[in-house]
Amino acid sequence: MGKIIEVKGLCKSFDGIKAVNDVSFSVTKGEIFAFLGPNGAGKSTTIKMLTTLLKPDSGKIVMNSFNPASEPNLVRKSFGIVFQDPSIDDELTAMENMEYHGIMYSIQKKTRRARTEELLRMVELWDRKDDLVKHFSGGMKRRLEIARGLLHHPKILFLDEPTTGLDPQTRNHIWEHIKKLNKKERITVFFTTHYMEEAEQVANNLAVIDHGKIVAKGTADGLKRKTKSGSLEKAFIKLTGRDIRAEEAKPIDNLRMRARVWRR
Amino acid sequence: MKTIYVMWIRQLKRYLRSRARIIGSLGQPILFLIALGFGFGPIYQKAGGGDYIQFLAPGIIAMSILFTATFTGIEVIWDRQFGFLKEILVAPVSRMKIMIGRTLGGATVAVMQGIIVMLISLIAGFRPNSTYTIPLAILFMALIATLFTAIGTAIASLLEDMHGFQLIVNFFIMPVFFLSGALFPFDGLPKGIALIAKVNPLAYGVDGLRASFIGASHFGIGLDLIVLGSVVAVFLAIGAYLFSKIQI
Repeated sequence: MGKIIEVKGLCKSFDGIKAVNDVSFSVTKGEIFAFLGPNGAGKSTTIKMLTTLLKPDSGKIVMNSFNPASEPNLVRKSFGIVFQDPSIDDELTAMENMEYHGIMYSIQKKTRRARTEELLRMVELWDRKDDLVKHFSGGMKRRLEIARGLLHHPKILFLDEPTTGLDPQTRNHIWEHIKKLNKKERITVFFTTHYMEEAEQVANNLAVIDHGKIVAKGTADGLKRKTKSGSLEKAFIKLTGRDIRAEEAKPIDNLRMRARVWRR
Repeated sequence: MKTIYVMWIRQLKRYLRSRARIIGSLGQPILFLIALGFGFGPIYQKAGGGDYIQFLAPGIIAMSILFTATFTGIEVIWDRQFGFLKEILVAPVSRMKIMIGRTLGGATVAVMQGIIVMLISLIAGFRPNSTYTIPLAILFMALIATLFTAIGTAIASLLEDMHGFQLIVNFFIMPVFFLSGALFPFDGLPKGIALIAKVNPLAYGVDGLRASFIGASHFGIGLDLIVLGSVVAVFLAIGAYLFSKIQI
C-alpha cells in the first residue's frame, strides 16, 4: 500500500522554542495511525502543520500527494478533522452545521443532502437534526463533528483527542463508528489520544513524540517488545519519562500566550 | 459567492436567534435618546439650536450601528476561543471571501439594529424631513456598519482572547462615538476637538445621516460619501489582510 502522509525533517519554533524538531514519519493509506506524546510534546503543532493551519519553518510534508504550503486547498479537500476543542457553531442546528460545511466544500446539493442524512443516521443524530447544537451533550457534539468531518468524502480523517472527557460508553461508541468507516470507506485515520489502551486496541501503527522529536515508531507490539514492557502505557512511560509535563510546560505556555495576545 | 453567502447567513441567523441580545443592545440607545434628548432638549432650544431630538436621533442611530458593528467584528475572537474559526480556516475556500461574507453579515445585522433604533426614535418624537431620503440614510447606515465591522474584524485578528476587549471599548469605541458630533454640533468647537472630529470617520457617517434625514450637513453630503466610501475600502482591505494572516 502507498503512503498517504509523508513527513520529512519537519521543524517549527515559537519564539526560539523548538516545538517540533526534525520530525519524520509516514502513514500508510487505509491504516489507523496513532500519534502519541505527553502534553506539550508537539502533537498539536504537527497536526496544525499537516492541516495547513500553520506554516512549517522547514521540512517537507506530502498529504495525499499534495503539498500543504503550495496547494492548501487541495490538501484541505483531502482531509476531515475533529479538533481537540469543539468547533461547531452552537447557535446553529445540526443540519445547518452540516449544510454550511457542505457548501464551503462545494458539494452539490443532492449529494450533500443524501450524504448528510447517511452520516447523521450513522452517528444517530438524524432525529435531532433540527435542534440547536447548544442543547447537545459533549458526546453528541463529538459525533456531529465526526459526521461533519466526513461529509466531503475525505481521504484522511484527523482526530485530535476525540474521546477526551467522554464516558467509556460514548468512547466505545465513537470508536466503533470510526472503525466501521475505516473499513467501509477505506479512510485513513490519524488520531492522538492520552488513553494508551485505546491506542493499543485500534491503531495499526503509531509514533511517539516527545520534546518535539519522534522517540519511537512502529506497532504497539513492537514498542512493547522493544521496551520490554507489558502494556503500551508502560512502554510509553519508559519512552517519555515520568516527569509531569503540564507543570514544566506551563510557564512557557503562559509566556507564549502573553506574547501572542499582542502578536504582530 | 457561496462562501460569502454562508458566512453572511450564519451571522444573520445567529442574530435573529438571540432575542435577548437584540433587546439588550437596544437599551443603551433608548437611554441616550431619552436622557440626553429630553435632558438637554430645553438648553439646546434656548441656545437657539432648535429641536434637539431632531439633531440627536441620527447620532444615536449611528451609535447603535457603531456598537453592533464593532462587536460583531470582534466576535472573531469568540469564534477563535470557541473553535468555530478553525473549522472555517481549514475549509478549502479563500480567507478573503470568508472575511467579506462575515463582514457583510455583521454589517447587515448592524443596519437592522440601526433601523430599529430609527423606528424607536420616531416614537420619541423624531421627524425626518421626507420619506424619500430614507434610502439614502440606509445607504449611510450600511457604510458605517461595513466600516466598523471591518475595523472590529481587523482588531480581533490581532488579539488572541477577550482580555483586550475593555481596552477596545474604552480607547476606541467610546472616543469614536463621543467625538463624532453625534451629541453636539461642530460649530464653534475648540480647535483640537474639531481636528479630531475631522479625522474621525464616524463624524462623516453621522453627518451623512443628518443630511439625509433632516437636510442639515456640516461637511456636505458629497464629501461624506467620498470619505466614508474610501475609508470603508481601506479597512476592508486591512481587515481581509489581517484575517488572512491569522494562525491558530
